[in-house]
Amino acid sequence: MTSINGILKKGKKMKLLSQARTYFSPSGTIALPWVQEKTTTKRTVAKRETKQSIPSPFWVIVQKEIADHIHSWRLIILVAILTLACAGSLITALMHFKDAVKPTDPDDAFFFLKLFTASGNGLPSFIVFISFLGPLLGIGLGFDAINSEQNRGTLARTLAQPIYRDEWINAKFLASLLVVAVLIASLTVLFLGVGILKIGIPPTVEEVMRIGIFTFVSICYIGFWLNLSLLFSVKFRQAATSALACIAVWLFFTVFYGIIVNLIANALAPSEFAHPQQIIRYQEFILNLLRVMPSQLYSDATTTLLMPNVRSLGPLTQEQIIGTIPSPLPLGQSLLLVWAQVTCLIAATVVCFGLAYYSFMRREVRSR
Amino acid sequence: MTVQAVIKLNNLSKRYGDFQAVDGLNLEIQKGEVFGLLGPNGAGKSTTILMMLGLTEPTSGTVQVCGLNATSDPKAVKEKVGYLPEDVGFYDELSGWDNLMFTARLNRIPETEARIRIKELLIRIGLEHAADKKVRTYSRGMRQRLGLADVLVKNPEVIILDEPTLGIDPKGVKELLDLIINLSREKGLTVLLSSHHLHQVQQVCTRVGLFVQGKLIASGSVEELAAKLISKHPVQIEAKISRPALSTVDLETALHQVEGVDEVQLLSDGLLIIGCSKDTSASVARALVEAGASLHHLSKKTYGLDDIYQRYFEERKKDETTLTS
Repeated sequence: MTSINGILKKGKKMKLLSQARTYFSPSGTIALPWVQEKTTTKRTVAKRETKQSIPSPFWVIVQKEIADHIHSWRLIILVAILTLACAGSLITALMHFKDAVKPTDPDDAFFFLKLFTASGNGLPSFIVFISFLGPLLGIGLGFDAINSEQNRGTLARTLAQPIYRDEWINAKFLASLLVVAVLIASLTVLFLGVGILKIGIPPTVEEVMRIGIFTFVSICYIGFWLNLSLLFSVKFRQAATSALACIAVWLFFTVFYGIIVNLIANALAPSEFAHPQQIIRYQEFILNLLRVMPSQLYSDATTTLLMPNVRSLGPLTQEQIIGTIPSPLPLGQSLLLVWAQVTCLIAATVVCFGLAYYSFMRREVRSR
Repeated sequence: MTVQAVIKLNNLSKRYGDFQAVDGLNLEIQKGEVFGLLGPNGAGKSTTILMMLGLTEPTSGTVQVCGLNATSDPKAVKEKVGYLPEDVGFYDELSGWDNLMFTARLNRIPETEARIRIKELLIRIGLEHAADKKVRTYSRGMRQRLGLADVLVKNPEVIILDEPTLGIDPKGVKELLDLIINLSREKGLTVLLSSHHLHQVQQVCTRVGLFVQGKLIASGSVEELAAKLISKHPVQIEAKISRPALSTVDLETALHQVEGVDEVQLLSDGLLIIGCSKDTSASVARALVEAGASLHHLSKKTYGLDDIYQRYFEERKKDETTLTS
């Protein structure tokens, strides 16, 4: 019994392996090596696996989408921009590393994380770059996901194959998200690696965990923009329109929303002599207004994660601070602090995807 | 044993807001038939086809394809039906081979089998030399042929072709239609093709359905339609004569003596139109010559779909009565 299980597991492993290999095939549709591999496994297993060894349409689409992304100029350009930005921020961070680390600093234990947050000479830090350029990556990968297929006339042809309709949109989303995840993770790891080489001190386990969670939050954040652009690509027939709509939303949140909140803040500002409670309430209100912005949520979450000395994301009264130990928060506490932010980001992502899913499932698939 | 209808539409309707695209359609297509769906643009042909594949939902009525409900179980239907959309698109940046391979993999055809099948199909449609070229470089006719191969990769029982001849030159159209017919005969496929090019469809279809404003106004073979929609006479003979010394009455009596002649019409410039119940051209010619008229030409007129079509619309304009099948 156990031996059969072992063989089955082996078969599964090989299937995964062969799937992984095809991700990097030039066309996404080249021969899979399982045909040869199957002959090497036990005959009984091979027989049992004949139907299973053919990947489901979902994975076929995912493979093809990833291959398409990797071979597109668009991704190359986006990667180039992101890499340049990261290189720039890394150089700045290394140059200002000495200023950032002070021997008396309570969180000197976490000085490796300073690489991600340090800025200077007008060049922003790594997290600011990601919060600014990440949306561009998400929008770039998703804005023409559905409508370009429709305009090329491939949507009707593909949906006339025996696949469920949601497999198509799910695969599109997953493929883009995987590309984003691999990209962000490898950029972060590269950043980490160069950092270690330059500083000469390896990060602690907690730092690595914080960086790992930071990467996850970044992927969620970019995933939100990806889904927003996916939604627009379902809604608008023209790829250009949906790209413009995405960029409009992005610009609104990065530029105009801040201005509007500022205006509201100025109009509502209580007098200097107002009751402290009132001032606190006012400040919390303004902060909550700002938190409608996904980028605010993201920067809240990442700053807390990468600066362990951040203990609150809102105003703190003197009484609350009295008696606290001037030390950085442990990872668990930092996580608790940003739990709401991360949940919001994921929820926004899910809402966008849900809307895109709904309108795609119900629509009529005409050719062109 | 009764033959099970492969496609069965039952009181099918589709509404877009105020516009009735398909109106109470009833149609049965038997196995092995080549059925032509004919109608002007906007008659609801494409919408009907989309409903057959579950790509859009009918407002009311049901679609049964191969005994399966296309609205509630589209995936099972799509396993058996190959569909070539109007103006089909391919992934331009992939080669023809890769495009077909993608379709094969979506259909879960094992790799080795898919290779053999695609190779055969590419040879069949005459694209084996262009298999590794990117689809971007293909001509319109090549794309359409590739589309046909794409439809056949999954070994369907039914193929549905939406305007397959659109935008191809006449030679290409003939080749494509021949290909469709040969393939369907070999594999015993049921073919449904829609078109507004009547004479093309006439060549290949065993049965046609005339589709106007969401309604099927007539269906049957081209001859049946002609008889039903155009004239009381199955055969019409057109003759041009000149008559040195012959009165109209004499001519008509002479002709009426020929067996099978029902109606004689003489137009001013010596053109005779004779309606007959059977093919009487030889005896009509003899009768004309014996009566003393000189015969310049004589032809048996058969009606094509174009005539049927035109006649239908003329009649509609005249008395606004609708013919129902």
